[in-house]
Amino acid sequence: MAEQVSSVAPISSDRARKVRRLIGRGRRFLSLDAKVAFGGLIILIGLALAIFAPLISPADPLEQDLMSATLPPIGFAGADPAHLLGTDDLGRDVLARLLYGGRVAFTVAFVAAGLAGLIGTVLGLVAGWYGRLADTIVSRLIDIWMAFPPVLLSILLVAVFGSGLHSVIAAIVIIDWTRFARVVRAETMAQAALDYVTAARAIGFPRLHVLLNEIVPNLWPVIVALLSLEAGIAVIVEAILSFVGLSVSSDTPTWGGMIASGRQILHQGWWVLAAPLAVLFVTVLAFNLFGEGMRRTLDPVMRR
Amino acid sequence: MIVSVINRLVVAAITLVGVGAIVFVLLRVVPGDPIAMMISPGASPADIAALRARYGLDADLATQFWMWLKALLSGDFGMSISLRRGVLSLLAERLPATLELAFAALALAVALGLFLAVLGTLARRTVCEPLIDALNGLALAVPDFVWALALVLAFGVFVPVLPLSGRINPSIDEGFVTHFYLIESLLRLKLTAFADVASHMAMPVIALGLPLAAVIVRLLKEALKEAMVQDYVLLARLKGMSELRLILQEALRNAIGPTLALTGVQFTFLIGGTVIVERIFSYPGIGNMAVDAVINRDLPLIQGLVLMFGLIFILVNLAVDALAAFFNPRLRHG
Amino acid sequence: MSPILTIERLSARVQSRDQEILSKVSLSLERGEVMGLVGESGAGKSTIGKALLGILPRDVVITGGAIRYDGRDLLALPARERRQLLGAEITLIPQDPQTALNPGRRIEAQLTDGLRMKRGLSGTQAHDKALALLEEVHIREPERVLAAYPHELSGGMRQRVLIAAAFALEPRLVIADEPTTALDVTVQKQILRLIRSMQEAHGTAVVFVTHDLGVVAQICDSVTLLYGGTVIEAGPTANMLVHPGHPYTRALIDACPRYDRPDAGLHPVPDGVISAMRRDLSQRYGRPV
Repeated sequence: MAEQVSSVAPISSDRARKVRRLIGRGRRFLSLDAKVAFGGLIILIGLALAIFAPLISPADPLEQDLMSATLPPIGFAGADPAHLLGTDDLGRDVLARLLYGGRVAFTVAFVAAGLAGLIGTVLGLVAGWYGRLADTIVSRLIDIWMAFPPVLLSILLVAVFGSGLHSVIAAIVIIDWTRFARVVRAETMAQAALDYVTAARAIGFPRLHVLLNEIVPNLWPVIVALLSLEAGIAVIVEAILSFVGLSVSSDTPTWGGMIASGRQILHQGWWVLAAPLAVLFVTVLAFNLFGEGMRRTLDPVMRR
Repeated sequence: MIVSVINRLVVAAITLVGVGAIVFVLLRVVPGDPIAMMISPGASPADIAALRARYGLDADLATQFWMWLKALLSGDFGMSISLRRGVLSLLAERLPATLELAFAALALAVALGLFLAVLGTLARRTVCEPLIDALNGLALAVPDFVWALALVLAFGVFVPVLPLSGRINPSIDEGFVTHFYLIESLLRLKLTAFADVASHMAMPVIALGLPLAAVIVRLLKEALKEAMVQDYVLLARLKGMSELRLILQEALRNAIGPTLALTGVQFTFLIGGTVIVERIFSYPGIGNMAVDAVINRDLPLIQGLVLMFGLIFILVNLAVDALAAFFNPRLRHG
Repeated sequence: MSPILTIERLSARVQSRDQEILSKVSLSLERGEVMGLVGESGAGKSTIGKALLGILPRDVVITGGAIRYDGRDLLALPARERRQLLGAEITLIPQDPQTALNPGRRIEAQLTDGLRMKRGLSGTQAHDKALALLEEVHIREPERVLAAYPHELSGGMRQRVLIAAAFALEPRLVIADEPTTALDVTVQKQILRLIRSMQEAHGTAVVFVTHDLGVVAQICDSVTLLYGGTVIEAGPTANMLVHPGHPYTRALIDACPRYDRPDAGLHPVPDGVISAMRRDLSQRYGRPV
């Protein structure tokens, strides 16, 4: 009897082990990719809505209609079914303005994050890999940058450049390249201290070759994650600048501009503030989830 | 030890001068004439020239910078163009409001962060942990700007229990001697005034403190969990200590050092955040004043404010290093 | 007198790997006796030590058997009573003095925790007792050591402190979990001698977990040899080292370097011995070992 059991048991426990391992792997895969998929999906939907805003928008975002000013969203007393999310104090359709505001937000997010990432990464690589004078200069610059409150600096820069989309993007790039430079510099130094880099150098590869072929591939997870986080930050900064009244001209709808006017008419029409705030919230969260998920998915060793 | 302190101070001074120089150049090489904003449309060119001379804007850039630096070292921050008052006295008047806000937010963040990190460590490997983690991730991802506005909606509109703007109800006149309203009203036991100031600060403090609390929870919880599997915790557990006592007495002191260092950096972000949060709540601190100064191109005031922010940032970093040394016996002796 | 500790047919299993790591292990320890629990890594010796202290990893469950301490079954004891015993009557000398002392607390605080919590001593009483303990483990300048942080002490000093802490509450059973593995060879011998003398002075029984037969020969009264979670051989040290009953024991003894006979050379355990033993054990327990 005992013999029988023993001859069967290992096989069944083997199978159970395999199944369990599969479940574990599946769960890990799901949980990692759920963040990427969910965040990515929201970003894609937002992007599509912004791109196709002229086609799907229920109304002209600039068309004022004082007769139907501060109408609440549908579902509330006095709502007009023509205005799904209500209207603002000038009778402009909130949904339409949200859709068009997304165009500014996503433009700023992608362009500013991309440029800041490019500049910051290059400077970080140079500082971390070539060291010496380059490192001293970049590190000192980062220190000085860190001594500015970023919001104040962005307001300052936009005030200096004059308002407009280009200035907003330029301000974000000028401020936030340090985020990339700091991390990339530190990671480069950490990688440079590892044996595989020493080995590659010992073979006699030129420095630039080692940097691009040995070190940079290991930095991608970090850079992609930072890019996504930075896109979220850029959306916020744009909203802040619009809120202060320094972003694009006031006749272009922006989320920040909507928030600012919503703040003014808080008690007459809370939805003018709530709607763009909710959109901002979801967008930032999506970029964060995507970045967080990407870092883990792309990182073979799951650092941190 | 002394050498490293001196070294740090020198670096700090260089950084400050760098900050000053960048702002100075930035504001002068770009278009935008502060004088144009303060003159009446009918002013003659001679009037404009006189004004320029009065604010020292007629000299060349290097001379202007040198004059400014010299004045600065003698304690003269210049005159605000838009408010027509000395920059230094404006700063002295507004800085306390911001300091009260920032430190209250820091206190909230540290208390909340410590509490939740310990709670999360107690609840590790239970169903509560992913819940705490998820909520914390949310607080971490969403910035103070969004929290502030969400609070405005929640406690200003839907459940209107908190004042939406300002620092104190104008009808309350306690004849404050200092500009530290919160501290002074407490010390003088003017409890009505204290409650009013506190209620005005509640929303901005929560908005500023929440993201920092989330950072503390994430860092500290990871560090605590790491410490809790160390041999010395095992030995202490054998001695019969409760789980809570293990966390507080054994793990916390070893976990808190790294968290503290990063909290310091994050605190500078919090101070930076006061700029927009003060704006949202029309709170009369230096952040709100800074936005006005930029919009009005009030060069002397902007320079003074930026230097002030830079100085605060550097002081915070120095304080953090000192605290980190205090919490790590190795650094203290080594 | 009855034995201080008996383990009866103790079995344990790692859940995640679905693997039995202890199979019906039985052993018995007299009062004041030092028993070596010997085996390769994975033999189950540490699992027994952890089971005694109630600090098994979550993954490991006890599937059968009993641990009787002074007549009471530790496994069946209510949690509160067991906590009362552990750390007072049953204590641990840990493996790595590097990680077993809290880097953020002074030696005095760590040494007197138990005295204050379990014995209710006041600060000064605990201080005096701690001083006496440090003197007993031959630490010079005990006052200075009490005020020190762990990183200011050498590895050997730290292990002495940990031994003092283990004996602070007059335990009746000490589990020494490879306490010399992390130390320099020169320090090892002093520490072994110290544990032995402390044990004799206090009449404490010791379970000495180790993989080193050389250590066993120096300190242990009896030996229990484990392989693959089962007891291979047990008995008085002298007896077993001189007349090993099992081929594996024989091979292990041969594999030890002989300082007294440097010309004898080293003999790794022959593969044949291991495979024969595995076959034998598999048959006995009806599972692969």
